[in-house]
Amino acid sequence: METLNILYFAWVREAIGKDGEQIEHPGAETRIIDLIAMLKEKGAGYAEAFANPEKLRAAIDHAFVPLDCVLGHASELALFPPVTGG
Amino acid sequence: MIEFRVGADDFDAADLIARLEALGGGAVASFTGIVRGDDGLVSMRLDHYPAMTSAQISTLIDKAMERWPLLGVAVIHRVGLLSPGDRIVFVGTASRHRAAALEACGYLIDWLKTSAPFWKKEVFADGTARWVQARAEDDAARDRWG
Repeated sequence: METLNILYFAWVREAIGKDGEQIEHPGAETRIIDLIAMLKEKGAGYAEAFANPEKLRAAIDHAFVPLDCVLGHASELALFPPVTGG
Repeated sequence: MIEFRVGADDFDAADLIARLEALGGGAVASFTGIVRGDDGLVSMRLDHYPAMTSAQISTLIDKAMERWPLLGVAVIHRVGLLSPGDRIVFVGTASRHRAAALEACGYLIDWLKTSAPFWKKEVFADGTARWVQARAEDDAARDRWG
């Protein structure tokens, strides 16, 4: 079974209550935005974190990608707010 | 000289500048970011995505070195719990020419703010806490580099 590691950061992590999880890979053609819609159904914390997808950013295997990007055979997906370092 | 580091430890900006000066280029520019105590801020926590942060900073340094004739670059970014007055970030550049040193320093901090996966959470004296929101001005500052 192909798996996908999902990592959450900042308020996404706080709302969901964990810093990541491993799921069964939803398929190479699945877009990140579609996966977010599926995750949103997992509970109240997920619903809060993913209420406004336009506030989210994503990285696949450590590279920033738009939310309409497909997962391909990525092994790591990170979901987080826009960055605020510096 | 290429030096970059992400971690909880404080850094010595004067020592970093002295090492950039010692490269003999004649022009050194630097930026140090400090935690401001605005609005009763008592502490700030910086989270990051460790596996991605170093790769992003390394790529930014490579791009700056392709674009300007630099003899040295130092980028230090702290994470963890910080207080007002603490140093957060340092960018230093050395070149034979002031324009290259100044421009590369500005480029690096503008891109670092908008493309390295760090997140700040502020805690205030009244007990409230909030995640810092990304600012459109920061994107605009980055975009001026083309």
